[in-house]
Amino acid sequence: MLDLFLTFAKIGMFTFGGGYAMIALITDLCVEKKHWISQDELMDITVIAESTPGPIAINCATYIGYKQKGFAGALLTTLGIVLPSFCIIFLISRFLDRFLEIAWIAHAFQGIKIAVGILILDAALKMLKKMPAKALPRMIAACAFIAMLAISIFSLRISSIVLLLTAGLVSLAVFLFGKPAEGGAK
Amino acid sequence: MILLELFFGFLKVGCFAFGGAYGSIALIRDIVLSYGWLDEEMLTYMIAVSESTPGPIMVNLATYVGSSQAGLSGSLIATAAVVLPSFLIILLVTALLKTVLKNPYVQAVLRGLKPCMAGIVLATGFYMILKNGFVLQEQVLSLRPLLLTLLLGAFYFGMRKIRKGGISPILLICLSALAGVVVYGL
Repeated sequence: MLDLFLTFAKIGMFTFGGGYAMIALITDLCVEKKHWISQDELMDITVIAESTPGPIAINCATYIGYKQKGFAGALLTTLGIVLPSFCIIFLISRFLDRFLEIAWIAHAFQGIKIAVGILILDAALKMLKKMPAKALPRMIAACAFIAMLAISIFSLRISSIVLLLTAGLVSLAVFLFGKPAEGGAK
Repeated sequence: MILLELFFGFLKVGCFAFGGAYGSIALIRDIVLSYGWLDEEMLTYMIAVSESTPGPIMVNLATYVGSSQAGLSGSLIATAAVVLPSFLIILLVTALLKTVLKNPYVQAVLRGLKPCMAGIVLATGFYMILKNGFVLQEQVLSLRPLLLTLLLGAFYFGMRKIRKGGISPILLICLSALAGVVVYGL
């Protein structure tokens, strides 16, 4: 129990720049070191987390906590992941008016931003490695990559949900309409 | 009653914040401005602080706004309200997950979602490295971010070859902060 809380407090402490960077941390701690969930399961949760409201970090924490120790576990992990940033933000909002103008903090953050990019890339590479080596998933991943990159570069106001929805529908359509052809050969 | 307003305001954010941190910023902006909690300039500053501190941006913003409006109790209530919906939804999803995941149609949809997710994450990482590592300053590629990117990237992925498992994401973040202070401070 304490282990759950402390592990997620650690993750909460080092999650900069949104949920995707946290996938790398969860992979490292919860999949590779503690074996609480498998890489495949993490992939399932990530997808579910993206399709339900709320930050991915919170969703993953709640899921893993619930799976390990039921409701109490879920409560502890969620608390653990929120607590560090709560304390930090609360202190900043009370005492540091000009937080971002402190030179060394700005510099440190410049460095962290680059590390976050690397971590996100690493998480993506691990996901791609787990993917079945077939034409359809490869095509979907490539299309999603291009579309998302275009959305980011041209700052289009399209949510990643739209991409996920499309991919899900395409895959479902292939399943529904691709099957009779195979069935006919039986 | 400000506490009640904070609770319901951020409950709304928590319920409808799909698609990661950047999707939720627009929603938070709407709600914070419509309640008149902050002006535009203060909000922009808070978003910047929330991005440069650990933890999900949405949760950080809730803590910050709550604290600025009603001190400790305000920040506690806003944070709880923003986390609550995703916490409950994931509990529900987890309880249903086992049966739902076995459904062949759900599996077909998931087969499409997973590669799409991998593509999205890959694009996000790629874009972040592009944006933070290759900075143009007066139309010349500035050296420091590029140097930092190459250094950190080579170190993180290189350590995999030397040591089994490489270095942990947490260590990378600590090192990158330090490297940022050194490289930009000089």
